[in-house]
Amino acid sequence: MDLYREIVLDHYKHPRNFGNLAKKTITIEDGNVTCGDTIEMDVLMKNGMVEDIAFRGIGCAISISSASMLTEEMKGKSVNEVMALSADHVFKYFGTTLTPSRTKCAVLSLEVLQKALVQGKERLK
Amino acid sequence: MDVTSIRKDFPQLTRFIRNKPIVYLDSAATSLKPIQVLEKEDEYYKKYCANIFRGIYDISEEATAEYEAVREITKNFFHSNDANEIIFTRNTTESLNLLAYSLYRGYLHKGDEVVSTILEHHSNFVPWQQLSPEYGVVFNYIGVTNEGELDVQSLSKVVTAKTKVFTFTAVSNVSGAIADVYDIVKRVRKISPSCFIIVDAAQAAPHMEIHVSGWGADAVACSSHKMLGPTGIGVLWVSARSSGHLKPFLYGGEMIKAVYKDRSEFKEMPHLFEAGTPHIAGVIGFGKAIEYLEKIGMEKIRRHEVDILSYAFSKFSKYKDITIIGPKDPRKRGGVIAFTVKGIHSHDVAQILNEDNICIRAGNHCAMPFHTALNIPSSARISFYIYTTRDDIDTFFRGIDRVKKVFS
Repeated sequence: MDLYREIVLDHYKHPRNFGNLAKKTITIEDGNVTCGDTIEMDVLMKNGMVEDIAFRGIGCAISISSASMLTEEMKGKSVNEVMALSADHVFKYFGTTLTPSRTKCAVLSLEVLQKALVQGKERLK
Repeated sequence: MDVTSIRKDFPQLTRFIRNKPIVYLDSAATSLKPIQVLEKEDEYYKKYCANIFRGIYDISEEATAEYEAVREITKNFFHSNDANEIIFTRNTTESLNLLAYSLYRGYLHKGDEVVSTILEHHSNFVPWQQLSPEYGVVFNYIGVTNEGELDVQSLSKVVTAKTKVFTFTAVSNVSGAIADVYDIVKRVRKISPSCFIIVDAAQAAPHMEIHVSGWGADAVACSSHKMLGPTGIGVLWVSARSSGHLKPFLYGGEMIKAVYKDRSEFKEMPHLFEAGTPHIAGVIGFGKAIEYLEKIGMEKIRRHEVDILSYAFSKFSKYKDITIIGPKDPRKRGGVIAFTVKGIHSHDVAQILNEDNICIRAGNHCAMPFHTALNIPSSARISFYIYTTRDDIDTFFRGIDRVKKVFS
């Protein structure tokens, strides 16, 4: 069993980019209601780039560590790059096969981020 | 009650995954099935597979007789007065939806009130919540106490003379709290004598003796699959005196007396509510499940569960970071314990336990309003049945220790 690897637990216990952004383009919240998970993300976009991200929320180790690892990696990436990512990208953070019931935990943060970028782009128009 | 020999009847308990046996602690979701039920269900397909009620040949009549015998068995098991009060559906959810759709179309009128409770399974909350506004009916509900029990004291404030339907669960699938059905029915009747009262017995029927006619309610719903029977079979008991309030839910074959170009005539209860070819094999298997339970005796089953509950409670008391939802007295709850572990999400608890094939439920158990009322996002839940042993509980707590180690 290596789903709860040290790196996953570290990101769960000490999530990176946890909190709020003072300057942001958009805030988006979504959740897996049946799990009781919610992730809320602030994103600052500039010149087609993801300048800064912060998130808050409650959830299982998978959803929180996924959000932590994703926000860490995506800061400074172009919006198009992030939009092109598929669920497989976040699955790789876990280095093991996720059971079907847990894939939605892992992919929640990516869904929130991509939704934020779509709506952020609209707002910047 | 000889649990060791009972366990031998359950083929799934002999299965190994990752070279480890299965510790099944999710019987409130669905129970395991004994070989006798599986063989009986199979017997229909192998020996007298024919449609019921219509064939003028031996095997069809044999199938019809087997199917109808289960109605009688079910009637006796639930202490109903009349086998015609027993309707077979797909599950408790369908039984409750049948009632909702039937009652709104005729019995309920604009300005009437439907009252449910906050600790219901979604299947006894959402149909009423959704259909009430469509028919101009007011939907209201009773809350819970801090103990996770129905707040019976507030009943007199919520139920009024306009309350035409009152629906509640006999045993919560989260807190396990056993409601005093007789008392609640009496309280509702005192305020609204002609109220149509529904009891969701999905979590009660598998675990304790039920006297549907004694309860004084108008309808009772439960599922076969939680009480050793096949999936896809539900029971809806409707009192003969109240069935006139119900319009047909599904139209089609089997429920028809005569069809003319401009009108149709329908059969009486229970066939009126069993349109289409039913899950014949499932019903026949369900009959065997009831016989299996009767052979053990519901009183013994209940005693076994209280023993397992007490044992689990004594072990839980050593964990200061675990909070149990619902009453602490094992005699006041069904064989289910939902809990939260401080700092660890229920899904992580369930996931790590799964490494040792310990099957538990995590999430909101289809009772989101209840979790919201208790101010928790989710919980983990273990639940027991006739095959659950103290060893299972020990294995579970070894698993909990591992969960805590991973997250320490």
